[in-house]
Amino acid sequence: MIDKSQCSGVWVFAEYRNGVIQDVTFELLAKGRELADKRGAKLAAVLFGQGLKDKAADLFANGADIVYYADAPALATFNGDAYTAQLTALVQQYKPEILLGGSTIAGRSFFPRVAVRVDTGLASDCTGLDVDAAGILQAVRPAYAGNVLATIVCPEHRPQMASVRAKAFKKGAPVAGRTGELIEVPAATGEVKTQILETVRDTGNVVNLADADIIVSGGRGIGGPDQFGFIQDLAAELKGAVGASRAAVDAGWISSVHQVGQTGKTVKPKLYIACGISGAIQHLAGMGASDFIIAINKDAAAPIFEIADIGIVGDLFAVVPALTQALKNR
Amino acid sequence: MHIVVCIKQVPSSIAVKTDPATQALTCTGSDYLINPFDENALEAALVLKDSDKAKVTVLTIGAAQAADVLREALGRGADAAQFISDAAFDGSDAWATGKILAAAIQKLGDVNLVICGKQTFDGDTAQVGPSLAEFLGWPCVAFVRKIALEAGALKVERMYEEGFEKIALPLPAVLTVGKEINTPRMASLKGRMAAKKAQLAPITAAALGLAPETVGAQGARTRLAKMAPVPRKSGGIKVDGSDAAVAAKTVVDKLREMKLV
Ligand SMILES: Cc1cc2nc3c(=O)[nH]c(=O)nc-3n(C[C@H](O)[C@H](O)[C@H](O)COP(=O)(O)OP(=O)(O)OC[C@H]3O[C@@H](n4cnc5c(N)ncnc54)[C@H](O)[C@@H]3O)c2cc1C
Ligand SMILES: Nc1ncnc2c1ncn2[C@@H]1O[C@H](COP(=O)(O)O)[C@@H](O)[C@H]1O
Repeated sequence: MIDKSQCSGVWVFAEYRNGVIQDVTFELLAKGRELADKRGAKLAAVLFGQGLKDKAADLFANGADIVYYADAPALATFNGDAYTAQLTALVQQYKPEILLGGSTIAGRSFFPRVAVRVDTGLASDCTGLDVDAAGILQAVRPAYAGNVLATIVCPEHRPQMASVRAKAFKKGAPVAGRTGELIEVPAATGEVKTQILETVRDTGNVVNLADADIIVSGGRGIGGPDQFGFIQDLAAELKGAVGASRAAVDAGWISSVHQVGQTGKTVKPKLYIACGISGAIQHLAGMGASDFIIAINKDAAAPIFEIADIGIVGDLFAVVPALTQALKNR
Repeated sequence: MHIVVCIKQVPSSIAVKTDPATQALTCTGSDYLINPFDENALEAALVLKDSDKAKVTVLTIGAAQAADVLREALGRGADAAQFISDAAFDGSDAWATGKILAAAIQKLGDVNLVICGKQTFDGDTAQVGPSLAEFLGWPCVAFVRKIALEAGALKVERMYEEGFEKIALPLPAVLTVGKEINTPRMASLKGRMAAKKAQLAPITAAALGLAPETVGAQGARTRLAKMAPVPRKSGGIKVDGSDAAVAAKTVVDKLREMKLV
């Protein structure tokens, strides 16, 4: 267990994937800057990879005072074993007070392991963060199937770890030329038992709903696989992604990668259009935080209308094509 | 080959109530079932059992009624079940849950592979699988969508946001799986009858060699400081959709005004 009294600083794990530092990193740097300032402490970013040293500039521009950078072949792409060993070694040496990362597949795969190795607590998939006067991180996350917001604390152990959902916070405006201290750290990847044989980019089959700004979703009201064409047309007109309720997925009308909700994807687009979806709590758990929600449903009492910014009571087979047409005419 | 599957009993729906006197929130569940992704974990193990003659043991930590999910799993074809239950485990966070499960797996002694669901429906942390791997000191791949056993080692496909990766790893290991991996089977009638008779005596903290203060609420690394209702927005407008073209124009005007399109 790391001695609490020796810990200071806020760290953000910088996730580099597909040639870019992921947006969630910049969102966390913006929030991390706030938390570090409240604590009168430094904000650091931790970057792992191969040949990425020049990427540190982006992290400084977005608020980092320090960048810890580890360069090793084993760190070139996400490898749970290697990343766990490397981050653990850094945490044990430099002792941050707070350690944040994105609630991405990588983040959710290795943050829990780091937490056990350094013997501390982790709040997963958070949507809100604050720090109190005593330096206790208040990590807010949806719990009980999205029914409540729980505030999780880790009073005794350090660092206080949290993984955070994409788009929970807004990125700041980068300050070009802002600099900081680059600390190159030795590779400490430990014994790597997992061997990555092949990485297959498969964006044709993968709908990155989490990143979409606009999502048009269809539910049981769509009535069949062919009618999903209406949803696709509207989504295409809006340059958005296609989502679905579980009922539509279970009916076999659309593949499960499109499912939004508790057992599907969690999304937070600027615009979410729910067509023929009743608004069950498990669906709301996945999309209730969307910035602007439009619901189209013929049942005026459907619960989806309770959270819709615009609720259209009507037949989706008339309204959805009319919307697509009205957008074409705009 | 001995495979352990960790399954949790979760409510299929949850009602949130605010106590008018204290303003405290209570969440009560109903219609308990196996956590959906744990059904996929069990199915993945049963598929390996069918092809590679593995023994499958299901494990759950929970209160008395949680034994139901073990019986369900036995009915589907699991060979053995461990019901881990002790008041000392109440209030465990993901860290403590991982620790208890790891102790139970270590006690079994001959386990080669642990399969968990990627996350639970209620706790929803996706932490327990990777945590317990760490307590065991075993490699772990989370969010797996395909598992193959080849020459005593694993080849798996791990999902990531823009595709998937093929990963090789040795046994023993811990994997977590999502619903992409398979479609769970139903329990057979014969299996269900046999499962009814299974003896599921609770395994306690003492039996696992865990001091009560190292698990449960006392041992947990995190605490629940507060619970609040999810702020839901209101004040939306309703549009009559009986004339679709008029409704569509109203909506598009509004979207343009808000610069959403
Ligand atoms: C453990 C568990 C996990 C779950 N996870 C998820 C999840 O991740 N995601 C998810 O979505 N659900 C999930 N569910 C299921 C959820 O409870 C609901 O059953 C599901 O969301 C319902 O989908 P739906 O709204 O499409 O269908 P329904 O509830 O049947 O609603 C269909 C709606 O379409 C409307 N409609 C019909 N015809 C028309 C028309 N012509 N024009 C306009 N409106 C029309 C109807 O009025 C109705 O409101 C989960 C359930 C459980 C138990
Ligand atoms: N009480 C429990 N008993 C057995 N397995 C559990 C328990 N809690 C979590 N798990 C396993 O850990 C996975 C992840 O759970 P969680 O970290 O709570 O999202 C689940 O899908 C289960 O496989």
